This record gives sequence, C-alpha cells and structure tokens, in this order.
Amino acid sequence: MKKYGKWAFYLLLIVIVALIPLYLNRSKSGKYTIQVLTMAMIWAIATLSLNLILGYTGQASLAHGAFLGIGAYAFGIFVERVGINIWPALILASLITAFLGMLVGLPSLRTKGPYFAIVTLCFNVIVFKVFENWTWLSGGLRGQKVTMPSYLEARWARYYVVLGFLILAILIERQIVKSLLGSSFIAIRSNENLSEAVGINSFRTKLLSFTVSCFMVGLAGGLFAMEKGSLDYTITNYMYSFYLLIYLLIGGAATLAGPVVGTVGLYFLLDKIKGIGEWRYFIFGLILIVVIIYFPRGIVGGAKQFWEWAKKKYYRTGEVLE
Amino acid sequence: MSFFLNQMVIGIQLGSQYVLVALGLTLIFGILDISHFAHGHMYMIGAYLLYIVMVLGGVNYWLALVICMAALSIAGVVVERAVYRPLRGQPHINSFIAAIGLILVLETLVRGIQPDALRVPKPIDKNFSFLGINMEVQRLIVIVGAIVFIILLQVFIKRTRLGTAIEAMSQDREGAALVGINVNRMSALTFAIATALAAVAAVFMAPLAFVSPEMGSVLVLKAFVIVVIGGLGSMKGAILGGYLLGILEALAIAYISSAYKDVFAFGVLIIILAIWPTGIFGGRD
Amino acid sequence: MTTLLAVEALTKRFGGLVAVNKVDFEISSGSITAIIGPNGAGKTTLFNLIGGSIRPDEGKVTLEGRDITGWKPFSVARGGITRTFQTTALFEELPVWVNLVIGHRMRTRSGLFDALLYTPRARREKKETTREVMEVLGFTGLAEYADMPAGTLPQEAQKRLAIAVALIGKPKLVLLDEPTGGVGLEETDGIITLIDKIRASGVTVCVIEHKMRMIMNLADYIIALNFGIKIADGDPQSVCQDPSVIEAYLGECIA
Repeated sequence: MKKYGKWAFYLLLIVIVALIPLYLNRSKSGKYTIQVLTMAMIWAIATLSLNLILGYTGQASLAHGAFLGIGAYAFGIFVERVGINIWPALILASLITAFLGMLVGLPSLRTKGPYFAIVTLCFNVIVFKVFENWTWLSGGLRGQKVTMPSYLEARWARYYVVLGFLILAILIERQIVKSLLGSSFIAIRSNENLSEAVGINSFRTKLLSFTVSCFMVGLAGGLFAMEKGSLDYTITNYMYSFYLLIYLLIGGAATLAGPVVGTVGLYFLLDKIKGIGEWRYFIFGLILIVVIIYFPRGIVGGAKQFWEWAKKKYYRTGEVLE
Repeated sequence: MSFFLNQMVIGIQLGSQYVLVALGLTLIFGILDISHFAHGHMYMIGAYLLYIVMVLGGVNYWLALVICMAALSIAGVVVERAVYRPLRGQPHINSFIAAIGLILVLETLVRGIQPDALRVPKPIDKNFSFLGINMEVQRLIVIVGAIVFIILLQVFIKRTRLGTAIEAMSQDREGAALVGINVNRMSALTFAIATALAAVAAVFMAPLAFVSPEMGSVLVLKAFVIVVIGGLGSMKGAILGGYLLGILEALAIAYISSAYKDVFAFGVLIIILAIWPTGIFGGRD
Repeated sequence: MTTLLAVEALTKRFGGLVAVNKVDFEISSGSITAIIGPNGAGKTTLFNLIGGSIRPDEGKVTLEGRDITGWKPFSVARGGITRTFQTTALFEELPVWVNLVIGHRMRTRSGLFDALLYTPRARREKKETTREVMEVLGFTGLAEYADMPAGTLPQEAQKRLAIAVALIGKPKLVLLDEPTGGVGLEETDGIITLIDKIRASGVTVCVIEHKMRMIMNLADYIIALNFGIKIADGDPQSVCQDPSVIEAYLGECIA
C-alpha cells in the first residue's frame, strides 16, 4: 500500500511538471521561464551523472565540464557537419563521450582521492586549451552552429524532450544504484581496501561507473547543444565542473532527488538574481561554504535525516505511551 | 647559446614562484590533509594587497613585502579557523569543496570591486647583462628572494622547536597528537606560514605580470601538479618539482609553442600519475 | 588431511627491515591454525602477503596447489581466501545487511545490463543474496542489528560483522587478524564459539591472536613468529614448551 502511495506521488509530480509549460507558454516572460527550466533540467542530468561517480562511487571527477563540452560538440558536429538525424546523433555523442571517458579513466582511476580530483581537473584544463586553440574543431569564439529540425523550434517542445530524458536518467541511475552492481559502487566509496578484500575488482568497477557517468554527461551535453543552437569553446571550461559539484553537494550527494532539486533550484535562483551580475557567484560561494560545514549531506540528505529523526522520535513516544 | 641560457634563467624564475606556492600547499596537505585549492587565490589577494600598500599607499617595496606577508598570514589563519577547522575529521572531499567556495568568494569579491587588471611598478626598473643573459633585475630578485625564503623555511623547520613539531606532524599526525603537540595551534601556524609564502611569491611576481582576479587559478593548479608529482607532503619534492616544471615550461614555450604551455604541465602530470599512481617520490596513499 | 594453503620461503623487506623472513608453513584443510608472536613479529605483514595487499619480495604462496603469489586482493578473495583486518574494517556508514550484500557480491555476476533491464539473472541473484544474508545474520547472531549502520554497533558486534562479511563470500580459508582484539573477556567466548562454528561448517581458519589461553584451547596448529622469522610450529603443547617461544613471550605461555 505504502509503495503505491509513493508511485502515485511520483506520477502526480510528473503530471505537474508536464503541465507547467501549458501555463507558462501564455506570456513572453513565461516562455523565457520555460527556457530557464529546460536548461536547468539539462544541468540536472549532468549533475546526476556526477552523482553516480562521486555520490555513489566516491570518486571526485572534476572533468565533467570537459565531458559535457565534448558531448555537446560531438552532437553539434554530427548534426551540422556530418548531417546525421538528431536522435542517432544524440546516442552517438553520448557513446563517444563514454568512450573518451573510459580512455581518461584508464590512467586516472588508478589514482585515489585528491589525486584523482587533480588529475581529472588537469584533463579538463587540457580539453579547454585544446578547444580554445583548435578552431577547426571548436569554431573558436565564433563557435559551432547547431540547426534543429522544425518540430523542435518551440521552446515547450524542447522542454518535453529534456523532461523525458531527465526522467530516463533518473530511472537509469535508480536501476543501477539499487542493483547488486550499485552495491559494488557504494562499497568502493565506503572502503576501497575492504571492497578489494571481499573480491570486488575496484578498478574495473570504478571504470564502469565512470564510463556510464560520462555517457550520461555526454547526453546532457547533446541536449545542451540542442537547446542552445550554437556552441563555443567556453563550454569546456572547468568552472562548469565546479558548478556541477556545487549543485550536487548542495542538493545532496548519493540521493536520487538531491541532484535534481539542487540543480534546478540553484539554477533557477541564479537566474532570478541575474541583475546583480558577478556578485551572485559571491553569494553562491558563501552558500557553498555554509552548506558544506553545517549541512554536509545537502538539502535532500538533510531532509531525509530530519525525517528519520522525526520518525524515530515519534515511534519512541509511541512506545512510551504503550 | 645565450638564448638557451636566457630561457633557463626564465625557467628558474618561473620555477621560483612555483616552489614558493607549492611549498605552502604541500605543508598544508602533509600536515592537515587539506587540498587547499584556494591557495592560488590567497596569492592573488597578496598581489592586490601589494598594489594597495605600494601603489596607493606609497610604501617602499621591501616594507610592503613584510606588510603583505604579515597581513596574508593573518588571512591564512582566518581561513583555517572559519572554513577548514569546522570540517576537520570529515571526508576529504568536503574541505576541497569548501575551497572551491572560497575561490568563488575571493575571485568575485575582487572582480566586483576592481574589474580591470592592474600593474605594479618594478622596484628596480633596470636590465642587467651577464654571460649573454639580458633581462630585468626583477627576475633576479624573484630567483634570489625565493632561495632566501626556502632556506629560511628549512632553518625554521629544522632548527626551531615549533618547526620540528610541524615536521613531526607532517610525518605522523596521530602520533604528534599523542605526544602532546597542540593540533589547533599547529594547523593555524601552518596556514600562516604557507600563506605568507604565497604572499612572498605574489610580491615578487606582481611587477612582472598583470594583477588580475584570476591570476591564481592556473598557478594553483600547477602548484598542485608539482605537489602531486613530488609526493603529497614532501617539501623536497615540491622544491625539486617546482624548479623542474619552471625550466621545462620555459623551454617548451621557447622551442614548442606558448599556446600549449599549460597543456604541457598537465599532460606530464597525467602521464606520470598513470605510471606512479602516488607520485614519483611516493608520498602518502 | 590435505594441504589447503602452502607458504614457501616468503620474504618481505621494508627498507633495511626484514618484516617477514623466509617463512614456510602449511595449513591443512578443515583446521584452525594460529599465528602468534610479539608485536612487530610480522604477523599482519604475513596476512597482507597472503591476502595480496602487498607483494612479497621472494617466496611462493599456493592455494590447493595453485600459485597465487602476487595476486591482487580481489583475485585472492575470489580464489577462496577472505580476511578481516586488525583495525576492524567495515563499510561503516552502511547498514549491517548492506555490508553482507557487498561481501556476497563476489558470488554474483550481474552487471550493468542486468541492473538496467532487471534481467532474470539479476532477480535470481538478488533472491539468492537475500537468502544468504539472512543465513549469515543468523549464523553470526547479528540479526538484531541488521538495519543499523555498521559503525554504530558495539565493538564486539563489529568484530563479528567483519567475520560475517568475510564468510558470506564462501571462502575456503578465512584469515582473522586479532578477532578478539579490544573485546572484553566475556565477549571473547562468543567469538571463540563462532570460530569453532566456522570450522565445523567446513571453512578452514587461520587466526592471529595474542590471548594465549584462548589459542591453546582453540587451535590445532600454532606458528610462532619473532622478528619475521618462524621460531616454532606444531601442535599447541609442543609450541608452548619450545624454549624460543618461552623466551620471546617471557614465559607468558601457560597451558
């Protein structure tokens, strides 16, 4: 019974989210909000991908900004220069990102903890410099145009496409983390040496997690290109890796709702305070420090903890009453 | 030949700043297990402070050096107290994320107040020639100054009680706590020293480059590369690695291409870590 | 009795120090073997060498005649040797039952596609894992703690959980590094009973232990180390009367 209630809640949530554009599409500012929400959902997919490798597997990848850019450019180039239909292009872009992710993971996942974070960050800087200098690839500051078919010209149409992929991404991540494979991921996050001692090949497991994670962030990149309509090399900036980290930690790592809540919430908020320009990142930074010190499990993690605590409190009182 | 020598000197000078910044990082990492990613931004603050004290305040360069060191070591202690100490004992990633928060705060703060890059005049605006080497006196100041401060640090670590306590702690943290070394005091002291070293690097380097809000971000990454290659927590590794990277980079700029000079350093790191996952000189796992 | 594990001339040096020096011994199937020795005698290093977390400089380790020298820890575990650690290692923030699911992971094969598509194999293995977890929870007496995070358990229960995590992978040999270290005297008995039960269930046990009295009653075979060298081995009585053992232990050996 309880289970049905949960599914009913999710269904209701999806219906509400699906109805939002119908309401917003009536006004000009509403249409703009649709665009903001679409972009927020794309970033949410990227944050979900980071959640898989960092939140569940415990490896702090700071290369996800680069992989987002790689996915976006792969998609853009397939659509624009090769002339492939967007749907197979989206899959191809994700596959290429996953493959490159595996190649990067092969040397870098041999390192642990802070070493891995630094190596992946260095990789991100390299990718950024390469995209900056190889204008034949990136188009430099002029960028790479990405033309969409006419049925995706309306903002609400892209909103639904992205919403569909976001739900898919959540489902994929859920299937993985609730599975036996997911238990291997979590084992490595918790205690890598012990995982090895109980027969888990930690390197291969981490590589799998990283590859899947890169597939997802490549998908987010493709959708990013689809939504933007044009790309330039700054999309590979490592600041995006930091932003993803921030979205994830403020939302709540190692939860399924956290990355979505954190990303959509923060992205929306940052857009609302656009008027103050650069200063919003000042606030962003302050929030980050406060959250990591006082709420290290993020919004969703903290809420869960509170819920558990409240439940226990309730039950204990119940016992006393009996 | 003289071109080569010139490049070598430039390399040593580049390396000098890397060593000063990397030494602070490796001290902080070795002793406190913190990836202090905002260290480069403390360096940036040091450069702006020099601008304020020297250009706006009209203070003599060498006195400004002392002021900047003192002010920045206080700033370092504040950062340790306010940001890192509450995070002690938590997963490593948390202090790393706090550092990213700090980066955002410091960079946007400075950019919000002064968006344009600034210039600091050289204290001795002359060139010198020696064995076909011809360059600014300021580069010589960087090289000699760095050596002086490296020696001072070594003397402090080896010859004073506080210094030996720091070294003991970097080698065995729990053991140090057991023999009654005050961990709080040591971590504050470590931050003070490390940040003062960053101030030294900033004051020496500022007259040779623009002072800008993002001047520290790539530098700190390179310093991390050095620390990782040299072994996290190893001072010898940081000194060797810093000079080596500086020289290699200067040669790469001269003989390969300046567009890829950063790619070069980071590429080398990835290759090295692929072969030795915990750095060349070992270091802690 | 057949030989399960054979160690030949195993040597490991750390710098100038020889932590384990040409150690030979055999562990026979179905026995309880104890490794004793003063602190720093190289006992834990010996476990690390067998378990694969460090590589030996010389020597050979064979399991049922198969050379496993220098294997990675996960291969050794899959080959049939699991272990516990001196400083009780657990997946601390995870519930007890998840610890056991992870321990059982090497008996299951489902991967990415099983997870995504929830294949019949994934279903079967999940059921199988649940059954095994329930069984081991009962076997080690941890059922009451099943939902608690492992790190919040009392010390003695943590020790038992570490053993349970090692056992659920169905090893042939389990290496226990001081299973009663830091545990009160009464609770030690519970762990001794558990070790006896493990042997009775057909799993060979090798244990590092300081509590001599406990070892004398428990072990079939004792190996005494000092300064990385095997100074004596044999049945408890003979090892106990060995002069070099008495010297190393300052006569602590009372049977």
